[in-house]
Amino acid sequence: MTQTILPTIHRETTTPIPAPISSDGPKIAITNFSAYYGSFLAISNVNVTIEPKQVTAFIGPSGCGKTTLLRSINRLHEVTPGARTEGSVRLGATDLYDPRVDVAAVRARIGMVFQRPNPFPTMSIRDNVLAGPRLQGRRLSRSEADDLVESSLRAAGLWEDAKDRLRAAGAGLSGGQQQRLCIARAVANSPDVILMDEPCSSLDPISTATIEAMIVDLARNYTVIIVTHNMQQALRVSRRTAFFSTDGASRPGRLVEYGDTMQVFNAPREEATARYVGGHFG
Amino acid sequence: MTDLVSIRRVPLMKAEHRRARAEEATARGVATVAGWTVVVLLAAVTIFLLIQGLPALTAQPEELPLGVSLLRLAPPLLFGSLWSGLLSLGLAAPVAIGVALFTTQYAPKPLARLLGTITDLLAAVPSVVYGLWGLTVLAPLTAPLGAWLATHLGWFPLFAGEASATGRTMLAASVVLAIMIMPIMTSVVREVFTQAPTEPVEAALGLGATKWESIRMAVLPVSRSGIVAGAMLGLGRALGETMAVAMVLSASPLHVTGSLVTSSGPGTIAAFIAQTFPEAHGLELNALIALGLSLFAVTFLVNAVARRIVSRPSKGIS
Repeated sequence: MTQTILPTIHRETTTPIPAPISSDGPKIAITNFSAYYGSFLAISNVNVTIEPKQVTAFIGPSGCGKTTLLRSINRLHEVTPGARTEGSVRLGATDLYDPRVDVAAVRARIGMVFQRPNPFPTMSIRDNVLAGPRLQGRRLSRSEADDLVESSLRAAGLWEDAKDRLRAAGAGLSGGQQQRLCIARAVANSPDVILMDEPCSSLDPISTATIEAMIVDLARNYTVIIVTHNMQQALRVSRRTAFFSTDGASRPGRLVEYGDTMQVFNAPREEATARYVGGHFG
Repeated sequence: MTDLVSIRRVPLMKAEHRRARAEEATARGVATVAGWTVVVLLAAVTIFLLIQGLPALTAQPEELPLGVSLLRLAPPLLFGSLWSGLLSLGLAAPVAIGVALFTTQYAPKPLARLLGTITDLLAAVPSVVYGLWGLTVLAPLTAPLGAWLATHLGWFPLFAGEASATGRTMLAASVVLAIMIMPIMTSVVREVFTQAPTEPVEAALGLGATKWESIRMAVLPVSRSGIVAGAMLGLGRALGETMAVAMVLSASPLHVTGSLVTSSGPGTIAAFIAQTFPEAHGLELNALIALGLSLFAVTFLVNAVARRIVSRPSKGIS
């Protein structure tokens, strides 16, 4: 069975995942965590610890709650009317759901890149990148701002494409460039963690490859959690993989298996994981 | 089970589609006639106003209302119309935007629905009722305020002059107008806010924006042209409003003053026509029609400006 899994081939052909510069940084500990939409339980009783400075992939069929869990990590889930959660998500020693915690600060420390590129349509490329630091009230001198824009765009692989039109509208970029702008915008906030919700699902294969390479790079400095429907993508970019599943459309999602990406794909402990990564399900 | 092979194929020749073609022609014909009707109506109204209004331009002042020439009569009234319109717009716009923000962004669903219904009900109140209310309730209520303003802030042009004892001032008229145009503005702006894409809002929240910051970054910028459209629609209504102004505002039509508190300010064109019409005859009627034409031109201009603002893309501005 494990012999027939195609995606392993691709891992060999892409650049090996570089080791983190340092693996220090806060872990994310998700404990007894459940998330609801009204009375609907979207994901039930998850226990996962996410290691710093590496890429963790959330995979699983549609409706398994992986995006809900991702959005719970920076408390964006609760923006949906009727949404609520149980359990805890810790960043380092702090419970992010502690009532004393400032939600806006959580989201500044845990950035997010969305499924569809969403630059601010009325802002220039430069202003998009600086939006986060400005929200945090950081006073930047002209040259500090220039430096931050350049380093953020470089980190997102957009500097060469954008350096001559920083004052142009972000909405004028191609889809892949817009997504890289969104990544630069997240990076500019100097977060601990970057969450990515299917960041390549609306992009063509070439843009996807660019962004995947960048994700691998980003993990040298940031903890990255990526939700993906593309199992080969999980294989290509992630060190660890969490597989979620559900027993039916109205049933809650749950964590089935969590481990090193290689182990999850090549030697899954659970039958459900084996069927999913083998392409027999979902 | 239907035998798919034996079903008659769609014929390729036009002649075999007579019925469909007839329907096609009818639909196109009806739509075209409806479209041109608008043009014809507008042209007819304009021609009527021009033909009936022109004689008043050359008439002797003594044959016209108030015994003055049209060029002396029209400007103060136009000023009054625009002034009351802008004042009511200034009063109504912040409220309308606030209500729209509250209902779309902050209020829980049931409360938002209730507020929506209440605003729509405000729009359903006939203007004569607003006039009565303004005359009997609001005007007396604002009279002491006007007096106070005139006494203490009389140096400021808005409150200059002798305060009206009845309160039937530009202040009262503008407040009534503001209440009348607020519902339409609210519903336009509410619609605009609802249409604002949610992705940039989530992006802002994801960067650590508070609720208000996310509105400012991602809702208001894309709503700018829609807000202008709503405001212009409201201004158009205020310019044309007749009954309520005629009842509330006590005016001296030839006076031009920006003061809000006197009873000797300008009237508005619509109200002046309504008040003068019953006893007008001969060239006086032509003069009223000419006044109507000038209001029509101003309203048309306001609409044209609004159209330009709305059609200007809001992208790429920062």
